[in-house]
Amino acid sequence: MMESLKELYQEVILDHSRHPRNFGKPEACTHEAHGYNPLCGDTVNIYLSLSTDEVVEDLFFDGKGCAISIASASMMTEILKNKTRSETEEIFEQFRNLVTGDKDTVPETEDGERLRVLAGVKQFPMRVKCATLPWHAVHSALNDQTDTTTE
Amino acid sequence: MNEIKSFDVERIRQDFPIFNQKIHGKRLTFLDSGASAQKPQAVLDAVQNAYAVTYANVHRGVHHLSQQSTELYENARETVCAHLNAKSIDEIIFTKNTTEAINLVAQSYGQMALKEGDEILLSYLEHHSNIVPWQLAAEKAGATVKAVPIDENGEFLMEEYLKLLSPKTKIVAITHISNAIGTIVPVKEVIEAAHNMEIPVLIDGSQAMPHMKVDVQDLDADFYVFTGHKVFAPTGIGVLYGKNEWLEKMPPYQGGGDMINRVTFEKTTYATGHSKFEAGTPPIVQAIGLGAAIEYLNGFDFDAIAAHEQSLLAYATEQISLLNSVNIIGQAKEKAAIISFTIEGVHPHDIGTIVDQAGVAVRVGHHCAQPLMDFFDVPSTARASMALYNNREDIDALVGSIKMVQEFFG
Ligand SMILES: Cc1ncc(COP(=O)(O)O)c(C=O)c1O
Repeated sequence: MMESLKELYQEVILDHSRHPRNFGKPEACTHEAHGYNPLCGDTVNIYLSLSTDEVVEDLFFDGKGCAISIASASMMTEILKNKTRSETEEIFEQFRNLVTGDKDTVPETEDGERLRVLAGVKQFPMRVKCATLPWHAVHSALNDQTDTTTE
Repeated sequence: MNEIKSFDVERIRQDFPIFNQKIHGKRLTFLDSGASAQKPQAVLDAVQNAYAVTYANVHRGVHHLSQQSTELYENARETVCAHLNAKSIDEIIFTKNTTEAINLVAQSYGQMALKEGDEILLSYLEHHSNIVPWQLAAEKAGATVKAVPIDENGEFLMEEYLKLLSPKTKIVAITHISNAIGTIVPVKEVIEAAHNMEIPVLIDGSQAMPHMKVDVQDLDADFYVFTGHKVFAPTGIGVLYGKNEWLEKMPPYQGGGDMINRVTFEKTTYATGHSKFEAGTPPIVQAIGLGAAIEYLNGFDFDAIAAHEQSLLAYATEQISLLNSVNIIGQAKEKAAIISFTIEGVHPHDIGTIVDQAGVAVRVGHHCAQPLMDFFDVPSTARASMALYNNREDIDALVGSIKMVQEFFG
């Protein structure tokens, strides 16, 4: 049992949850969305700046959440910086497949390796929504929806 | 009635087959009875028998099985009636759960009694199911919902309550025991004060019924509601006790079969008594299961149940207080065996996942009491809630698993 727990709460994840990167509200952004998990009351706000040629120039977040959702959001902001809109959607799809255990379509790249850190979530079905909440919020932000919930 | 058994928790655990299994290879430490309680063999047998031997629809047939089924179903109502010390079985309405019982009163009493400008008085301790139905009723009538505040220990503030009671107040709806933090509300005083101003009171007894003997006449409650699955009965069955004087005046909640006297397209007359509020085929087997659960509970001395649970609560409170960085939320003087806690730097969801791997089942989240969570300025907590089958080993396992969480996040 400790093995799956150790995989879930590995050092990188704990580090991101304690010291989240790109945390806070920037002065300006082009897209914004609020994510909410009604099951646990956790929230995440996404602040995203898209350039005119649809590249993510900046991505920040804030909110309240568990170690998994904060770490997932933090790692996501690092991965998605400088990605295009369509790349962002593609990576979200890969990530969702990975943590729901449906199929592993994550490429063997540096970004892929960073996504895989959260693969341990698939052994904890009740926690998948924690990991995907910030991603759903980015998706909403890009599609000009301001609110998203995991339900 | 069964003879009263002496209180031997290890014997009692044998009545509950769920404890025979391992969770992730570990002994099951079930501390989530506040969400839903486990079922004793006596209830499982009653359910099995009701399906396998006596099953048929109730109130509708003259054949043998329908008679037997009706008798068992109505016996369950009598059991509930006697247990609550209600005056008559007409005051015992079977519902789906607490939520439906409160919605019934909010809609039906609301339709009859609420006007624009009226007030409904609740408290900060309420479960969402004793908030949202009132908001819906208030919205319909143009009334407002007010809430009695609590203090930082989670204590119900009686003086504030008395100040909030006013001629505009048309109903008071208060929980007997807080599901999230365990506070026991002095409901008898609450009711008395409201009655002095001729205001009826609904008590949400969901968390009280498994722990104490409730006497609705002694309390003088106008409405008392509870849900079966928290008193060791199946899901899908709840109870609304209502004083006859109210039920007689209140309009029906839902229409359908069983709740009518005579139906024509021009005019329908309604059944009287509890039947007026029980439209359609009821949860027959669930009600029979509830009757069996209450009979099971009545096999114990309620003082012995309370003494056992209070000693567990004291032990758990003491053990958890010894841990660094663990805060107990809710320290009311009178508490049921419920401990809500947070661990500094660790989100309750992470606590829940980690202790689960040690076979420890606690509830994490907002416990359907977001106004209360907001009051304590936490999004959620972890909650250990106990029942008569818990023992010290459960508390030791909980404390051990909290230490494990701290090691992980250390
Ligand atoms: C105090 C309280 N009220 C109401 C409810 C709602 O019960 P149910 O969901 O069975 O309707 C619960 C339990 O969830 C509760 O603890």
